[in-house]
Amino acid sequence: MKSLRIVPALAALAAATALAATPAAAQELKIGFVYVSPIGSAGWTYQHELGRQHLEKTFAGKVKTTYVESVPEGADAERVIRRLAQEGNKLVFTTSFGYMDPTVKVARAFPNTMFEHATGYKTEKNSGTYIIRFEEGRYLAGLVAGRMSKTGTAGYVAAFPIPEVIRGINAFIIGMREANPKAKVRVVWVSSWYDPGKEREAAEALIAQGADVIMQHTDSTAPVQAAEAKGVYAIGYHSDMSKFGPKAHLVASTHNWTGYYQAVVDRAMKNQWKAEAFVGGIKEGMVVMAGWGAMVPADVKKLVAEKEQAIKTGKFAPFQGPLKSQDGKEVVAAGKVMPDNDIANMSYYVEGVEGQLPKK
Amino acid sequence: MIEIAEVVVVILVATLRAGTPLVLAALGELVTEKSGVLNLGVEGMMLVGAVAAIIATLGTGSYAIGTFAGTLAGLAMALLFGLLTLSLRANQVAAGLALTIFGLGLSAFLGLEYRDKPLDGLRPLAVPGLSDVPVAGPLFFGHDIFVYLSLVLFAAVAWFLARARGGLVLRAVGEAPEAAHALGHKVLAVRYAATAFGGAMAGLAGAYLTLVYTPMWADQMTAGRGWIALALVVFATWKPVRVLLGAYLFGGVTIAQLHLQAQGVAVSSHILAMLPYVATILVLVLIARDATRIKLNAPAALGKPFDPGR
Repeated sequence: MKSLRIVPALAALAAATALAATPAAAQELKIGFVYVSPIGSAGWTYQHELGRQHLEKTFAGKVKTTYVESVPEGADAERVIRRLAQEGNKLVFTTSFGYMDPTVKVARAFPNTMFEHATGYKTEKNSGTYIIRFEEGRYLAGLVAGRMSKTGTAGYVAAFPIPEVIRGINAFIIGMREANPKAKVRVVWVSSWYDPGKEREAAEALIAQGADVIMQHTDSTAPVQAAEAKGVYAIGYHSDMSKFGPKAHLVASTHNWTGYYQAVVDRAMKNQWKAEAFVGGIKEGMVVMAGWGAMVPADVKKLVAEKEQAIKTGKFAPFQGPLKSQDGKEVVAAGKVMPDNDIANMSYYVEGVEGQLPKK
Repeated sequence: MIEIAEVVVVILVATLRAGTPLVLAALGELVTEKSGVLNLGVEGMMLVGAVAAIIATLGTGSYAIGTFAGTLAGLAMALLFGLLTLSLRANQVAAGLALTIFGLGLSAFLGLEYRDKPLDGLRPLAVPGLSDVPVAGPLFFGHDIFVYLSLVLFAAVAWFLARARGGLVLRAVGEAPEAAHALGHKVLAVRYAATAFGGAMAGLAGAYLTLVYTPMWADQMTAGRGWIALALVVFATWKPVRVLLGAYLFGGVTIAQLHLQAQGVAVSSHILAMLPYVATILVLVLIARDATRIKLNAPAALGKPFDPGR
């Protein structure tokens, strides 16, 4: 029965190899991502996914990333975040506003895990937030819209009347009015972050009302497609959406998370990570105007480039005075800039937006 | 600002388009339920039909083949459901829900490569001369073929259930399968056929979404339309005419509320978003007020498995 003795010997050898292997594996930083919608090929989540892929490429072998997509906000989110932490992920990115409370709750239960929550405002000792100044991109998009629109009316397909979305609408019309002081924007709320059918119908309803530039704060490419079909212009959001409307797509205000994610992982690997409330925009390379259409003339691109430079050097901010709200009240005096807190809680329209804001 | 008449025509045309996927899916589910089978997997079948249609169209360049592929895909999903519930006698509710979840995942998986490949979309039929007549032109003659097909199918289903011998057998199987069996009718075969038809219609509805309505593939793009179709069948008390009415009412109010918002009407968007659901439920419930009539219309053997060997 000599052959039977080989088995325990082989088992011991295997165990020894495994043990020898684990120290190397333990150096790997396990990172988890929670996505609110399907990754798709464009949109909010797709841009985060590009960030995650950037991490895999940049830190090859030193990190192991996992992601869970289409996680609804609420109780399900807490379950997923908790599971990621339990599975040994030491750094967890939760990429939607509605994950705020679940993230903070799980962070308290896992003090040795680092958490980063996008677009929120609650922090813990081990849970930070990162906010993107997407309104800078909206403002620049507005400039383009103002210059390119023939009717002077833009249509905005929006999801829910929360401050973040309202902020985007306001920044857009501020930019549009700078290029065309008589411009106005009409808003349709589709009550969903993602419903291609409804988004398309909303875009068509706006076009029927005379809008010839369509902007969106929803997650599918349907509004761009609708604009293409009806022969008007569109501005993409989150990602370059020109593939879905080559003749319509003027430009897209895109989000670039690669730099930020790389910096966070870098700090984490050097044990220098701290929970903080980070805000970044054009200056930090997080908001990028991309997907310029062939129909946009060079002088419009030059204007946008100049304004981008002004924002980068701090000489200009979209919400600087003088600024009036829709009912004529002055909300920012000339020469002043709106404080970050007021920007974050904005729940009124500025001049130039048609229609009333739905009461909460 | 364009004229009121033009806006009304725009809304009516959009209503027919918005209601078509609901009409197709709900009519299919109506036939299935009339035979006594409760198939909750409409959303899953629609999604698989949708992704199959766009894959086939992108691969062959033919919308007809794509439509056919979508219909077949829905039919295949329904047959799988039929196998589980009719031959293996699994619980219909559980199997239907499982079918939806399966369809969600399968469609997402199959569609991975196709997420950034938009289509031109099927063009509306243009009847020379007639389509250009103001008001009546775009309203009656300017639609794509699916809209007309859905109306033809509605007429066919309504006639079949009410007047054809086959429809009578179908209804008998749904009301009293034991009696039908005793008379020599093949209960399971009829139910299989009805389930397959329901799946084919759901697949066709899904194909409409990816080939015409928003010509592209995106995960979960049905956005709950399958569930709305299911609800429509119940609220319409299993009568084809009410299903048609409910589908167009729901689609129409959705379109109208978006247009109202675009006009700047000062009603809360939350209320406007509720409007399609409230309006449809209200109208259908008022039409079918008589509780006895409702009981008479609901297939008595709905959801109950039938064992021919007993």
